[in-house]
Amino acid sequence: MKLLVCLSKTADTTARIAFDAAGVKFSEEGVQFILNPYDEWYALVRAIELRDALGGQVDVVHVGSSASEMLIRKALAIGADAAFRIDDPEPETRSVAEQIARFAEDRGYDIIFTGKETIDYNSSEMGSMLAALLNLPFVSLCSKLDFADGILRCSTDIEGGTQIVEVRPPAVISAAKGLAEQRIPNMKGIIDAKKKPLEVLPASSISALTEVVRYELPQEKQGVRMIAPDDIHELVNVLKNDLKLI
Amino acid sequence: MGMHVVVCDHKSGMLTSSSLEALSFADDLARKGGKDLVALVPDGLQDKSLHAYNLRSVYTFPAAGDNARVEEYLAAMTALAGKSTPERIIFSYNSLGKALGGQLAIRLNAGLVSNVCGFEWAEGKALYKKSVFSGKAYAWCAIHSEIGLVAILPKAYGVKQGQDPNSPEYIELGPLTIDARMQVVEHRMSSGKTPLTEADVVVSGGRGLKDPANWGLVESLAELLHAGTACSRPVADAGWRPHHEHVGQTGTAIRPKVYIAIGISGAIQHLAGVNNSRTIIVINKDPEAPFFKAADYGVCGDLFEVVPKLIQAIQNGQ
Ligand SMILES: Cc1cc2nc3c(=O)[nH]c(=O)nc-3n(C[C@H](O)[C@H](O)[C@H](O)COP(=O)(O)OP(=O)(O)OC[C@H]3O[C@@H](n4cnc5c(N)ncnc54)[C@H](O)[C@@H]3O)c2cc1C
Repeated sequence: MKLLVCLSKTADTTARIAFDAAGVKFSEEGVQFILNPYDEWYALVRAIELRDALGGQVDVVHVGSSASEMLIRKALAIGADAAFRIDDPEPETRSVAEQIARFAEDRGYDIIFTGKETIDYNSSEMGSMLAALLNLPFVSLCSKLDFADGILRCSTDIEGGTQIVEVRPPAVISAAKGLAEQRIPNMKGIIDAKKKPLEVLPASSISALTEVVRYELPQEKQGVRMIAPDDIHELVNVLKNDLKLI
Repeated sequence: MGMHVVVCDHKSGMLTSSSLEALSFADDLARKGGKDLVALVPDGLQDKSLHAYNLRSVYTFPAAGDNARVEEYLAAMTALAGKSTPERIIFSYNSLGKALGGQLAIRLNAGLVSNVCGFEWAEGKALYKKSVFSGKAYAWCAIHSEIGLVAILPKAYGVKQGQDPNSPEYIELGPLTIDARMQVVEHRMSSGKTPLTEADVVVSGGRGLKDPANWGLVESLAELLHAGTACSRPVADAGWRPHHEHVGQTGTAIRPKVYIAIGISGAIQHLAGVNNSRTIIVINKDPEAPFFKAADYGVCGDLFEVVPKLIQAIQNGQ
């Protein structure tokens, strides 16, 4: 199987969220970037498992600047075979989808994985756009994936349950929790990763249809009202009178 | 010109709560801009509450089962856009909307703003408020394309009610060509429970509960409060609870009216998925637990004493 995993970088989960004085740009100062957990923990690992079971190769692709190469090497250390970076310093969702579509078009991938969303912009848009651009079926929010008799059988998350869908490759799949278990790269993986190919490709410019005009931080909480643990009556009062739950 | 379309889904003939929110948002947006509003719904909707949202027409399309498939919505929306150029297409960013949004954006060459929880009017144009950084910030976004897609974050905008119903014209969209490469073969619903993302009240347990055998405490309290149940990530990872209950930055993000956290420390990644709950109640024995800083009400005590007493008090109707 020929597999492609799209990798995004995202601000570390503990990053302080702040913007420049004009409120138009995320302040990256002191912010650590990581591979987007949905891409790394679920999409990448499931792709590696499929390759190990069925044979084939796992490529990873990232649209971003050279600053991301450490993160791409991590994906190679976890077990991907080859990496591609499309050299676009400030990509926006739609242009990421368009550039990956152009990249993937003639390469004959059976499955293209994305994470279900990035944990910073939370958009869930890229995979769905990619599927439409490549005219492929799109399996959204996939939490389980098996391949047998030429058919992909996928569990997908829907409100209050799961939906089972079947599709013949090629397809685009967005990975949700449950699809695989996070893997930590081992020493051999880290050494091997240095020898694996990482090809840099030029970016193409695609104009955005939406624009962030400014950012805003939410209002701070008022402060907590403490209730003594032996004053259950007071807690019941809050549930009954303040919150009308009972 | 400038028609707005709101795309709705339904369950057994009744509009989903997320569709009601999309309708509320679309109604407000269309009124503000002085635009006509139409709805697109699959066959089989019986819910007349649709008529309280100032719709000019309702377009329907044939759907195979109780839940129309994404491909059916895509075909229907593409057909509708071919008949009359919509200016804005509004839908919930639930599981359906997440599959639909990007594909529609490409097909219609439309700008897409997702996770929208509000809008404001500036210089004759709408700016859309998008929740980003797992609820830790908002981005105000403009759409520059002729057609724009606005995907509404569930449980953020709210449902507005009490308007006089009108009687929109019903129009059937004629035979559609559906992409059949992907087949839905089965639905498995967890019986009877409100989906976590739609629950108004959520009771959640963390590692402080010590053992999956103690989850009766969380479940009993949830039952009394008609609440959904959730958990922290290590609890789901250990297999104490199913993955779909994991809330936080790398789990489900929720925005209930009331979130009750029991034996959860309140790590930044956990807070990221729950900090937009309207009211947060924390029960934790450690006075230094970071969760208290994000809480509205706090009880500093042993959950194995506090929760059983609370359950008993509610049962006794105190
Ligand atoms: C990249 C990344 C992503 C992550 N994403 C998520 C996520 O999405 N969601 C998530 O939840 N976590 C996430 N985490 C993990 C997170 O950092 C915390 O480790 C986790 O939330 C802790 O879970 P907990 O509060 O249940 O357990 P603990 O941190 O162990 O806290 C248990 C709490 O229970 C209290 N307690 C113990 N006994 C009692 C008692 N008898 N009575 C009352 N209180 C008691 C303790 O005081 C303590 O505060 C993520 C971590 C990383 C690195």
